[in-house]
Amino acid sequence: MAKITIDNLRHAYISEPTRDEHYALKRVHLDWADGGAYALLGPSGCGKTTLLNLISGLLHPSEGRILFDGKDVTMETPEARNIAQVFQFPVIYDTMTVYDNLAFPLRNRGVDEAEIKKRVSAIAEMLELTATLSHRASGLTADGKQKISLGRGLVRDDVNVIMFDEPLTVIDPHLKWQLRSKLKELQQRIKRTMIYVTHDQTEALTFAEQVVVMNNGEVVQTGTPIELFERPMHTFVGHFIGSPGMNLLPCEVKGGAAFVSGKQVPAANAKKAKSGRKLELGVRPEFVRFANKGLPADVVRVSDIGRYRVVETRVNGTPVKLVVGEDTEVPVGKAHLVFDATHTQIYSDGWLVGSRP
Amino acid sequence: MNKTWNNRAWWLVLPVFLMVAFNALVPLMTVVNYSVQETFGNNEFFWAGSRWFEDILRSDRFHDALLRSGIFTLLVLALEVPLGLGIALTMPRKGPWVSVCLVLMSLPLLIPWNVVGSMWNIMALPDIGLLGKAINALGINYNYTRQPISAWFTLVLMDVWHWTSLVALLCYAGLVSIPDAYYQAAKIDGARPWAVFRYIQLPKLRHVLTIAILLRFMDSFMIYTEVIVLTGGGPGNATTFLSIDLVKYALGQFDLGHAAAMSIIYFLIILFASWLFYTLMMRHQEQ
Repeated sequence: MAKITIDNLRHAYISEPTRDEHYALKRVHLDWADGGAYALLGPSGCGKTTLLNLISGLLHPSEGRILFDGKDVTMETPEARNIAQVFQFPVIYDTMTVYDNLAFPLRNRGVDEAEIKKRVSAIAEMLELTATLSHRASGLTADGKQKISLGRGLVRDDVNVIMFDEPLTVIDPHLKWQLRSKLKELQQRIKRTMIYVTHDQTEALTFAEQVVVMNNGEVVQTGTPIELFERPMHTFVGHFIGSPGMNLLPCEVKGGAAFVSGKQVPAANAKKAKSGRKLELGVRPEFVRFANKGLPADVVRVSDIGRYRVVETRVNGTPVKLVVGEDTEVPVGKAHLVFDATHTQIYSDGWLVGSRP
Repeated sequence: MNKTWNNRAWWLVLPVFLMVAFNALVPLMTVVNYSVQETFGNNEFFWAGSRWFEDILRSDRFHDALLRSGIFTLLVLALEVPLGLGIALTMPRKGPWVSVCLVLMSLPLLIPWNVVGSMWNIMALPDIGLLGKAINALGINYNYTRQPISAWFTLVLMDVWHWTSLVALLCYAGLVSIPDAYYQAAKIDGARPWAVFRYIQLPKLRHVLTIAILLRFMDSFMIYTEVIVLTGGGPGNATTFLSIDLVKYALGQFDLGHAAAMSIIYFLIILFASWLFYTLMMRHQEQ
C-alpha cells in the first residue's frame, strides 16, 4: 500500500517529441492518498490508459517522476513496483486450475505452499470462487475470469496499488452491476489503493472517491463525484459527466450580471466574469425548471426515461434540456425557463470563471 | 419460420460432386479395382480377393519399409518441431528485421522438391561436394552413397533444412497473435521467462503446433521425390521408404495388384494416424 505522487509526468510514444501534440500525456500532476479509490475517466484516446501503464511500469515516461510513498520508482519494472493490474480482457493462465492461477504470483515469489494455501483460500472466499478452485480456469465465464485476474492481485498482501483498465468491458450487462458492487465492497473492506480506468461515467462515479477527468492528454478536473456534478471546472466535464450533459448557452456580462439573449439570468460567479472572451452560461438539466416568467423557450421534444423525463427546448436557437419528474406538467409550444442560481455558472473559454487565477 | 424444401438445389452441388469424383473417387476406385484382381496384361483380369492384402501384411519387405518410414518421420518430427518453435521464439516481433526473417525463412519452402534433392545430392558428394568434403576433412568417414548411416544423416538433415521453416512460420504466426496483456500480466505476476513459455506461449500455440505436427507427419511419411533424387532408396535398401517401395512394385515390377493393395494400406495408415493424432489433441483441448 502506498501513497502515489505523479510529478510533472509527460509521455510521448514517438522518440523525439518537439511539439505539444506529440505528447499522449501532457504534464500531469496528481497526489493520491494511501488506501483510496480513484478513477481515471475520459473518452477513448484521452491518455488515461497511457497514464495507467506509466504508473504500473509497463511504460516509462518521457519526462517527470512517479513516487510511491516518496520513493522514486519512475524507471523500475512492474515487478519491482509491486503493483497488480486487471486488464480489459481477462488474462488467465488457461492450462492451470483456478487455484494455481491465484497461487501463480506467490509461487513466482517463492512463498511456501502452506502460506499460499492460506492466502488463496482467503481470497477465493472473498471473491466467491471457492467452489471453482479445482476447475480449469479456461472453463469459467468472463466475469469469473476477471475475478481471477483481480484475485491474482489481491493474494499478494503487500501490493502498492491495484489498477483496473476498463475491467468490465467484456462482462454481460447484468453481471457488470454485480461485479461493480463487489469491487466497491472489496475496496472498502481491504482499503488498498485502487485506480480504475474507464470511459463509463457510471462506473467511475460509483467506484471512486476521487475522479480524475481527462481529455486530450490533460487532467481537466479532479474531484469527488459530487464536485464534478455540481461544479464542473470545464465545459468538457459538464458535458461528459451527467446524462444528459450540462446545458451551455452563449452569454454576455454587463456590470456584474449575466445576460442570455438580452435577458438577465442569475449566475453564481457572474461578478468575477470579464467580458471580451468567449463566455458561456452552464447549467445542468437537473437545475432548470419551467416557470410563468423567465427565459422564453420553445419546447421541442419530450423523452420518457422511466422515472423522469427529459424535455428538450430551444432558447433563441440554442438547445436547453430539462430533467423533470413524471408528474410535472410540460407546457406545449412556448414556455419560460428559470435556472437555479447557485448551480448556474459562467465559463470563459471553456474554463469555469474564478476557478483559475 | 418455415423452411422451403427444394430438391432442385442439389443440382447446384453437382459440379463440385463431379470434380471430387473425377479427381478423388474415380482414381481411388481404380486402385481398389486393381487391388482385388490379378492381371497378366492384355486387359485380362482374374479375381484375387484379399490375397494381395494378406501377402503385403505378411511380407518382411513391407514391414521393413514401414519401419524405415516410421523412424524417419519420428526423427524429423523430433528435430523440426522443437527447432522450429525455438526459431519462432527468437524471431523479432516488430521492426525492419521481421520481413527479412520471414523472407529468409520462406526461401527453402519455395524450392521444388526435386531441386532440393539435387542440391543436397551434389553438396553432400564426398569427393566434390562442399558438405561431403568438409565432413571428411574433419576426419569423419562420410559417404552417403555407400554407408546407410551417412545416407540417413543426409536425408534427415535435408528434410530439416527444407521444412523447419514451415514449423517456425506457423509457430511465429501463433506467437504474434498472443495479446500483449498476457505478457504484461506475467510481468506483473513476476513470472520468469520459462514460466511465460510454459504457461502462456505453449498453451496458446497448441493449435498451430497440432497443425504443424500433422502436416509434417503426413509429408514426411509420404516423402518420395527428395529421397529418390538423393539416394534412390539406397545404399541397398537402407533408405527405401514405403513410397519408394510402392513405386518399385508398381513401375519396377509391374506388380499392379500388389502395388494397389499396398497403396490402400499405406493410405489407411496415414488416415488412421492423422485421425488418432487430431482426436487426441482435440480431446485434450476440451477437458
